[in-house]
Amino acid sequence: MQAGILSLLQDSGRIGQHRIGLTTGGPLDPDAFAWCNRLLQNPAGATVIEASFGGLQVEAQVDTYICVTGALMPLRINKVPKDLWHVHRVKAGDIIALDFAEKGCRSYLGVAGGFQVTPSFGSTATVMREAIGGLNGDKLQAGDSISCSTIENRRQLYLTQNQQPRYRNIATVRVILGYQQAHFSRLQQRLFFSHTYTVSDRCDRMGYRLEGPAISCDIEGLLSEGICYGAIQVPADGQPIVLLNDRQTIGGYPKIGSALSIDAALLAQLKPGGTVRFTPISHYDAHNALHLAASFTRRLPISELQ
Amino acid sequence: MILHTAGENALIAYFGEETSPEVSGRVQAAALAVEAALGDDLIDLVPSYASLLIIYDAMHTDHLSVSARVREAVNHGEHSTAASEGRLVVLPVYYAPESGADLEALASRAKLSVDEVVQLHTGTEYRVYAIGFAPGYAYLGEVDPRIAAPRLATPRTKVPRGAVAIADRQTAVYPAESPGGWNLIGRCPVRMFNPDADPIMPVSVGDRVRFEAVDRKRFLELGGELS
Repeated sequence: MQAGILSLLQDSGRIGQHRIGLTTGGPLDPDAFAWCNRLLQNPAGATVIEASFGGLQVEAQVDTYICVTGALMPLRINKVPKDLWHVHRVKAGDIIALDFAEKGCRSYLGVAGGFQVTPSFGSTATVMREAIGGLNGDKLQAGDSISCSTIENRRQLYLTQNQQPRYRNIATVRVILGYQQAHFSRLQQRLFFSHTYTVSDRCDRMGYRLEGPAISCDIEGLLSEGICYGAIQVPADGQPIVLLNDRQTIGGYPKIGSALSIDAALLAQLKPGGTVRFTPISHYDAHNALHLAASFTRRLPISELQ
Repeated sequence: MILHTAGENALIAYFGEETSPEVSGRVQAAALAVEAALGDDLIDLVPSYASLLIIYDAMHTDHLSVSARVREAVNHGEHSTAASEGRLVVLPVYYAPESGADLEALASRAKLSVDEVVQLHTGTEYRVYAIGFAPGYAYLGEVDPRIAAPRLATPRTKVPRGAVAIADRQTAVYPAESPGGWNLIGRCPVRMFNPDADPIMPVSVGDRVRFEAVDRKRFLELGGELS
């Protein structure tokens, strides 16, 4: 009915296709995405709508259950405010509306059983730059109809407020030094890790461009090479760019290292003007942090509406 | 091989600092060796000019184990020469001003005739050094220095699918209609990226490519489009 600012169908991403030049796509906030499906008791990678900034309004065409996780984006069903991180019953004809985000900027609207979308290259993830995934490779438009099944029974699971992540206007991003880090002098690295940066207007699914003290390195460019998720690229103007889900698979700018994925996801919840701080960690600590986060998620108790 | 950390679940291996068939061959051989050594722990590989990005499953393995297995596979593994030489793929091209808008300008800047440009472009065997920028966009090198040409000052907003183009000492066939700043010299009727075909791309990184000039009639017979 109303497509919102940027609403995209996403599953967990297109994996293993870099060699033909395809990027991964997928949810900018994988944790909120995973919770959406988990609360709905869906398969882990089921297709949901990622709503950026809000303004989305959809009409249910079947009786089913929905859940919205992620940014603080007020949810209304038939104009009645409803909790986020909570499974709700909807009937055909109900109007589900997501207002503009108050905190964070990416939300996940899922349905029981997931949206049924034909995968391309093994995934339904929409990458607009490649015109692949979703419905015809594009963002959702007013009038689009997305299939999902009638579901009569689902447990109404939810996360209590103190279990839900709190999105703020600031993100501390842990960085694993790597790639061309040796070309950034100790002074430049200290500059990078001791100042705050601001999210610029040029932030999108490809990458978040930051503004702050310029960082220089002793090489200008290099032979194009593979770019992993979270890589922090420093072009000639010295303003770092954290590369995210829709990044190009290869590129020739120097990189100081890569953001820890958990933190890059929080970065992607920031709007322009948000504050970013970087802190270095070893790859051992990064590995540990990933496993702790996974274990925390597994053990978080889920509540059920009786 | 020099191995660096790239990210929480990625390592990058370097095999040299220049663009050459020899370095590309080493990247290719390493890609095969790493794929075999890591098995299910491997998520994806990105081979490029002189490097190989290795992305692994950090929930099932770690940096130390992957580095050790990569070093073992690359330094002590059996290098298949056949693999590092790549396959030879021949791509037909209709070279003409109507199919290559910059062909005449490129020839006059190089002080060559159009025919000489075509001869130099078809007379070189290229190597697929990298695939990226856009789905199916294969960077081929190296173009004869006499017909190397800088990128256009103002990129075109629309370059048709199949356009054959040169930028510096690289050449490529546009896999889809897209913006582009390379010098257009012809059109290739073979689709470089076809989701419905198997394989999706006629070339992979490490393959060799030769271009073969065809006339307008043959180009159209092969399914080429002029628009």
